Amino acid sequence: MKKMKGSEALLEALINEGVDTIFGYPGGQIIPVYDALYNYTEGKNRRLRHVLVRHEQAATHAAEGYSRVSGKVGVCLVTSGPGATNTITGIGDAMIDSTPIVVITGQVVSSLLGTDAFQEIDVVGITQPITKWAYQIRRPEDIAWAVARAFYIASSGRPGPVVLDFTKDAQVAMVDYEPVKCDFIRSYIPASKPEDDAVCKAAELIGSAQKPFALVGQGVILGNAEKELMAFLEKADIPAGYTLLGESAMPTDFRLNKGFLGMHGNIGPNMKTNECDVLIAIGMRFDDRVTSNLNTYAKQAKIVHLDIDASELGKNVPIDVPVLGDVKHSLPAITEKLQPAKHTEWIRSFDEHDKREYDEVIAPEVFPQSGYLKMGEVVNCVSEAVNHDAVLVTDVGQNQMMAARYFKFKRSRSVVTSGGLGTMGYGLPAAIGAKIACPERTVCFFTGDGGIQMTVQELGTILQERTGVKIILLNNNWLGMVRQWQELFYDECYSQTRMINPDFMQLAQSYGIASRLVSERSELKDAVADMLKDDKPYLLVVNVEEENMVFPMVPPGHTITDITTKK
Amino acid sequence: MEKRLYTVTIFSENTVGLLNQITIIFTRRQLNIETLSVSPSALKGIHKFTITSYASHDIIDKVVKQIDKRVDIIKAYYNTDDELVSQEIALYKVATDKLLELGSIEALIRNYGIRVLEMTKTCVVFEKTGAYEETQKLFDELSQSIGVLQFIRSGRVAITKSKVERLSDMLASIEKQVARKQ
Repeated sequence: MKKMKGSEALLEALINEGVDTIFGYPGGQIIPVYDALYNYTEGKNRRLRHVLVRHEQAATHAAEGYSRVSGKVGVCLVTSGPGATNTITGIGDAMIDSTPIVVITGQVVSSLLGTDAFQEIDVVGITQPITKWAYQIRRPEDIAWAVARAFYIASSGRPGPVVLDFTKDAQVAMVDYEPVKCDFIRSYIPASKPEDDAVCKAAELIGSAQKPFALVGQGVILGNAEKELMAFLEKADIPAGYTLLGESAMPTDFRLNKGFLGMHGNIGPNMKTNECDVLIAIGMRFDDRVTSNLNTYAKQAKIVHLDIDASELGKNVPIDVPVLGDVKHSLPAITEKLQPAKHTEWIRSFDEHDKREYDEVIAPEVFPQSGYLKMGEVVNCVSEAVNHDAVLVTDVGQNQMMAARYFKFKRSRSVVTSGGLGTMGYGLPAAIGAKIACPERTVCFFTGDGGIQMTVQELGTILQERTGVKIILLNNNWLGMVRQWQELFYDECYSQTRMINPDFMQLAQSYGIASRLVSERSELKDAVADMLKDDKPYLLVVNVEEENMVFPMVPPGHTITDITTKK
Repeated sequence: MEKRLYTVTIFSENTVGLLNQITIIFTRRQLNIETLSVSPSALKGIHKFTITSYASHDIIDKVVKQIDKRVDIIKAYYNTDDELVSQEIALYKVATDKLLELGSIEALIRNYGIRVLEMTKTCVVFEKTGAYEETQKLFDELSQSIGVLQFIRSGRVAITKSKVERLSDMLASIEKQVARKQ
């Protein structure tokens, strides 16, 4: 036991949880923690890295990016009031996308709580609906306990964000600090091993299937169950589609990987969802961007749903066999009970859809011979240049869908994107977090001219930290996805989607970031090679076709088989 | 889908802010809370919420799962009236002179099973326990005849008709897990 200030106890407790990086921004009510932090981040005994972002929202997205690629809990440190409210978007994003982060917010001294003191805001009240746990530390004696509990809750079960609101008096008071660990909370028992009965029923149903189809979600990645997934699919010879957040759980070229599900997914997996006889959902939550109209979704199929979150079972789609548990355990338990099977004809039946999509969508998008540059061809060019082995970070919108469709993957934890919340501005800070988590990997960040400007101040963080993020700005001078909807569904009424943009290269230059502008097809390959020649930050601005649209598309509210390849 | 009255029972740790966490889940699904009662349960350190709400079976099932998911909630479940013994309590304040004008207090006591809690020269306070319809019937009658000066009704308290509180089973299994970890 050692006597120290609460602020120092907080840092010791974080280190005790294995934290090495904090994304943050100082302010009045968190100065004592920053004061203690100085000795942890400078000099010979440096034990923590602090990344100074330019806005607190970016701290949360950076922590998310860090967590997604590393599997560790991301940590943010911000001040009270506006510092805390600026984190709300990132906290909400982490909640809906099951990303484990711990956000520590400063708070006014406890004697002033509830008095509308300067920079006081009810952080716990505001964040309760969008966190797994939100707690106010008012006494230094609670620090070790609360931090340990926060990390256990954030990272266990279905992961998610936790907020610790830390009053200033608890930061400065002295405490006898002793590290603690938390691995049990009696009111919170995350599902782990599935019930035998559920496993038997699932195996029986899957074993009897003639046309089985699997839906792979992020639960596979969060559960580190990629190998178990492949073994399951291989043994029972089951084709699989993936959700946006489940991308990279299987290598792109895996024989049974049949592509991307949902609104801008591939034709095959969407059509086959409504054709299969047994649908096996693995660590996914039947989001409406995957299912579209629920009244016509997979009605012909018996559905098996493997998930760690009991409240997801039957939430959107009625389930025949729910299997509550960590897919790390439930997948091998089911695999063990299955007989090896072959579904050659069924798997081959995806080919006609793949061919149609290639001819009608992919070839003109990725290999156009003339006209303006296409987003898809840029994504494909970068993916090939990194040998399909980089981390992909996206913003939200057309850039995101094009990147998800055409970037390829060899290993898991390679996609960082805002799925559930669809947070524009997510990408740049998330890319910084991702690169800091895995400096040895190439991080390619695709964004649009709208999204990058929502958090463009983070170029300053790149400048200060020298984070080698490769930014590919697909510039069409439009808010492209909204423009696409306006063209398709709102009689071409382009209300407020035209963007007059700054000179992005000059912007990059003022932050000391190398950049290049490409408008011609002939220059693209060379420019991408130039971008990738070293590990330094780089902005590649690509002027793409303004009317470029993302296809295929399931029109909103339609049946997934209404997927179209053109306007 | 058809709506009916469900009684949601929630056992939780005794921590600050739990009521807020519970009510926002009802709010998101656009459900009104009809009655609410919170008190320490028979098990030390554990609080019990009894909430009634009109909802479809599909929605109440999802709401209760989402409540159960919260970290400090130990167990949440729901029942329909036929599975429960429930009671509410109501207090009525009426003017003493009006009550005396009514004639027989004895009839009131015999017919309605009321208990007089307080009597002054100006007013009388009495209580009645019963189902919502029963306490409401007395209120309606008194309002029409002599007028009610003040009226208050508690939230529902309810006990399932099965033998033991299901929580005790769950706690037993949790204790087993604790023992295994130690």
